[in-house]
Amino acid sequence: MIDARGLSKRFQDKKRGEIRAVDNVSFQCQPGKIYGLLGANGAGKTTTLRMLATILEPTDGTATVCGYDVVEHPEKVRANVGFLSTATALYRRLTAQEFVEYFGRLNGLDEATLKKRIDIIFDRLDMNGFRDRRCDKLSTGMMQKTSIARTLVHDPPVMIFDEPTNGLDIMTARTITSFIRECRNNGKTVIFSTHIMSEVEKLCDTIGIIQSGKLLVEGTLAQLRDKYAEHELEEIFVKVVTPHYVAEEKN
Amino acid sequence: MSLRNVGIVYRKELTEAIRDRRTVISTILVPLLLFPVLSVGFGSLAVMLVGKAKEEVPKVMLRGGQDSPDVVRGLKKLEKIEIVPETPDWKDQIINKEIRAAVEIPPGFQADVAQQKQDTVNIYDYEGELKSEFATDKVEKYLKDYSDTVVKDRLAAKNLPVGVLKPFELKRENVAPPEKVSGAAFGGIIGYMVILLCMTGAMYPAMDLTAGEKERGTMETILSSPISRTHLVLGKFFLILTAALGTAALSVLSMGVSFSVLSHYTGQTAGGRAAAAGFLLHLGPKTVISVFIMALPIAVLFSSVLMTIALFAKTYKEAQSYLTPMTFIVIIPAIASMLPGVELTPKLSLIPILSTSLLCKELVAGTYHWNLIAIIFSSTCVYAAVALFIAIKMFQRESVLFRS
Repeated sequence: MIDARGLSKRFQDKKRGEIRAVDNVSFQCQPGKIYGLLGANGAGKTTTLRMLATILEPTDGTATVCGYDVVEHPEKVRANVGFLSTATALYRRLTAQEFVEYFGRLNGLDEATLKKRIDIIFDRLDMNGFRDRRCDKLSTGMMQKTSIARTLVHDPPVMIFDEPTNGLDIMTARTITSFIRECRNNGKTVIFSTHIMSEVEKLCDTIGIIQSGKLLVEGTLAQLRDKYAEHELEEIFVKVVTPHYVAEEKN
Repeated sequence: MSLRNVGIVYRKELTEAIRDRRTVISTILVPLLLFPVLSVGFGSLAVMLVGKAKEEVPKVMLRGGQDSPDVVRGLKKLEKIEIVPETPDWKDQIINKEIRAAVEIPPGFQADVAQQKQDTVNIYDYEGELKSEFATDKVEKYLKDYSDTVVKDRLAAKNLPVGVLKPFELKRENVAPPEKVSGAAFGGIIGYMVILLCMTGAMYPAMDLTAGEKERGTMETILSSPISRTHLVLGKFFLILTAALGTAALSVLSMGVSFSVLSHYTGQTAGGRAAAAGFLLHLGPKTVISVFIMALPIAVLFSSVLMTIALFAKTYKEAQSYLTPMTFIVIIPAIASMLPGVELTPKLSLIPILSTSLLCKELVAGTYHWNLIAIIFSSTCVYAAVALFIAIKMFQRESVLFRS
């Protein structure tokens, strides 16, 4: 599971001074559940997920992933996490199989286990037709499948998805969403950031709305509907975010 | 330290590098083709041009000499020179390369010589112009021979031996073995080339593995894997080092083959020139190994420094603009080592690049100053270790990895 406690990240900007990208964010994600982090562009979603994936180090607060602290044991955390975003590109001069093998080896798999895992994943994702094709020759859909195979190769218990469908066509996006659902069904802890309301409505067990680095509200879709007396998630989101957005504009 | 992970990264980077056309060109093809093109190509072109220049019959204008018929006759008899009559624009003709030189015989020259009065014969030429120099050499030789004959005749007339004016012969002889002669002449170039090519060989992979990775969006992918950043940077560093040393090794090999081919082609066989042209044939395995052992810390230094600088860049192009000036920083001390009179001293041994370049010169000449070798090797190792440490630290800084 994931347990974030007071997670904060500040950056220094030459023009704007100190920026609080994430400000004292706390939440929990449980195994077999999907936690959706919903926010506008620049709300702090990517920074939060990068801290959970130990790509960035928190300025204050911490988080544990599968019991490992992200600051103290970042390598152990990464070994238990599959991280996927549209920014995680492929090595274009490697073939799809070489690419997945590379990450399998970095995750400490021995050659026999790696071969078995790759065969299972490539069958499951229907990747055998392009396993020896170089990544720069793959279609967008094939690339996404290869990225998914990379996150699955070491069978991690925690999956982190940072706007994974951003900029993808509908068919490729569906492959991703069905994969996310499958991760939940397999008992994995899933955290998922997006600004697409329909995806959250379809996928998430718990929703957290983030704005200006602050987690403003958290709950199931039903709880949020009750609390804000709105059915559409988009309306709920606007109600939650608008006061903060207006205050920010004034400042 | 998990060598397994470093090895995994290294193998993957090597696979990608071999499949990258730009890396193959800069690391393998350029060093292999550069020297054959430079030496055999330019060498044979130079031989051809010099040959053509020698074949041409240069025109030399004769000024004066109406009352010195013997000298004029002698000049006109010279082979491969055409004596042309005097015109007032003789200077312009030399500048415009219509004639190659002019010789001015003073009035009454022959009579003055007979009366033992000293005159001055002027030769006018176009300095630095090859064909003008050929013409001048021939005229000068003729006049020197004429002068010697006059001196001999005068001594003979007074029954004096030639030894009166030339009490002894002066003879110069080289006792240094051919490899030392060639080392002194070409050792500086070897050091310079090894250092420069270590740098150029490391440059492209250094950019590709850092700024290139950021630009292509794979940096975040690799950072999300469990490998530690130290192992990641070491895997990348060893690939850059391989490229640096590989480029340098291929260059030296290609240079050796080119020089021996050129030596054969130009037919240089006598004395020091033959030794110089075929000097790489004199380089024993001991020298080659020594040069590469000394090149190792400098290659480590370059690989770390280039990787650290390129890491700051967001794109490949930005990295290029940062690294190009580095070439000049490396070239200056390497060229300084080739200046006459610059020799290895304990103080200079502490200056990176310059010290290695000077040492290569000594090693090629077969001279081993073990105390200086120890100073250079250890000081360069310290600089290289510091540079590598900084590279590892930079790889752990978010402000560098995610600079926006």
